[in-house]
Amino acid sequence: MSDRIDVLKTYKTYVGGKFPRSESDRTYKVKNSNDKIVANACRCTRKDVRDAVLAARAASKDWSGRSAYNRGQVLYRIAEMLEGRKDQFIKELELLGMKSKEAIYEVELSVDRLIYYAGWTDKYPQVFGTVNPVASSHFNFSTPEPTGVVGIIASDTDPLLSIISLIAPVIAGGNTCVILASESNPLPAVSFGEVLHASDVPGGVVNILTGYREEMVDHLSSHMDVNAVLNTIFDKKTRKLIDENASISVKRVVHYDSKNWADDTHENPYLILDFQETKTTWHPVGV
Amino acid sequence: MSVISIPDFNQTIPIDKVGVEERVSRLNKRSIKKESKVQALNLALSMIDLTTLEGKDSEGKVIQMCSKARMPYAPMPHLPSVAAVCVYPNMVTTAKKALKGTSINVASVATAFPSGMAQLQVKLDDTKFAVDSGADEIDMVISRGEFLKGNYNFIFDEIAAIKEVCGEAHLKVILETGELETYENVRTASDIAMYAGADFIKTSTGKISPAATQPVTLVMLEAIRDFYGDTGIMVGMKPAGGIRKAKEALQYLVLVKETLGAAWLTPDWFRFGASSLTNDLLMQIVKQETGVYQSLHYFSED
Repeated sequence: MSDRIDVLKTYKTYVGGKFPRSESDRTYKVKNSNDKIVANACRCTRKDVRDAVLAARAASKDWSGRSAYNRGQVLYRIAEMLEGRKDQFIKELELLGMKSKEAIYEVELSVDRLIYYAGWTDKYPQVFGTVNPVASSHFNFSTPEPTGVVGIIASDTDPLLSIISLIAPVIAGGNTCVILASESNPLPAVSFGEVLHASDVPGGVVNILTGYREEMVDHLSSHMDVNAVLNTIFDKKTRKLIDENASISVKRVVHYDSKNWADDTHENPYLILDFQETKTTWHPVGV
Repeated sequence: MSVISIPDFNQTIPIDKVGVEERVSRLNKRSIKKESKVQALNLALSMIDLTTLEGKDSEGKVIQMCSKARMPYAPMPHLPSVAAVCVYPNMVTTAKKALKGTSINVASVATAFPSGMAQLQVKLDDTKFAVDSGADEIDMVISRGEFLKGNYNFIFDEIAAIKEVCGEAHLKVILETGELETYENVRTASDIAMYAGADFIKTSTGKISPAATQPVTLVMLEAIRDFYGDTGIMVGMKPAGGIRKAKEALQYLVLVKETLGAAWLTPDWFRFGASSLTNDLLMQIVKQETGVYQSLHYFSED
């Protein structure tokens, strides 16, 4: 055994296409399933939440304005980049205590899931859009449009697969998002930020924060500039807090009850629809 | 004025560039919390010259802006109104009418704003038109070309001539520091403007980048302090252009307090030339009151 002291990486956050540390300059220790310290992560505060929402809002116009086809290309590119970095993610999942076979399965499924949603970007509007019969000389049609900025409170289980299952349908639908990564397993989320950075995702479309959930959930869910909240935490008190805070600006709130992120209920276009608003147009005809 | 001896403007006053920037960055680190912050945000709001200086300005836009000037945020009627609105000369009558019955001033840019490239007579007529339309304050630009040639007398005489036409109206002199190249030039231009009779000195037109910066503002504040020391006359300061965040506004207030003292911390002696700053200040004030981060969607644009 050498006496060398391990150099533990401090994982940074991913906000606005950059990798800043927390504004607070604080970090916390990330442990694996054997309670061994494996890395440090930023302990973000409400001010980091504020900055991340600002970045997400700024990116919203460009991202929602891109063609559906282009969004599909970008999602596909994320999948390609993730495939290329498979080994890194497998190692990180193993570091957190996952068996090698499980880790490979999780990473591969994550790539496939991104491809799945890449395919949906230019198809869900046809599926969910409608032409409505009206009793006047109007052509009346409804199409889904992105809700805006979505706050995502990520799950502690399957840290990579769950975060991709949460992000993919949200950004496929033209939204931008701020993610509070898993408190106990933040590393795959932050590394995924590096993948996003290396692919063609514009800065600010996905923003990833790490830290103590209870220090941030309140400010994220009450933020007036957040249009929707996607929560995966079961805890009743947290859910109540989110529901109450969301009511201030009448945010769309979706609570997920999933415990198994590998099952195919997570590959479903209705998950895109969760963060869409319906726009109905009355177009005069025969005038 | 006759007792004041006018210095030789060709004597360059050396400015320690590193020192100025260092001091600014040190003052920026000052932390302002809770009650002081709320007070400073309100003060900054009351110091705003709400500005619209675009070719596409219309009466409708000016009227809309004036109603925002009166009551920046309707759900909080106790908030202060802004100090003034700043418009082009042909909008002064509209603004004056829209602000009737309030203490909000109407400021007008004049003298071939923003370039200042015109004959003196044209500039005087421009100013006279704005004053006759009822402007309480005139924002003039200096001729930067002549200044950079070293033609300081030309600048001095021009400012003095405009000041005469202004009559009762306050004169703000825009140095357009983004075009003056060095801090020494900023200092010299500030001195010329003040000795020529400026009531305010102002950094920029907002049409040139960089507009207002804090180091430039500090240099100008120090010029004001020295002028006050030499003559006993208070001159106001107005950074304009590029100040969009409430946090920056508070940093400016710290600079003023530390350089000139609390006497200058009133809308009579310090102004922000800005438009989007208003909404950021409002969002921060509402955040302090409710504890909830705000969204621009809930604040009117004009």
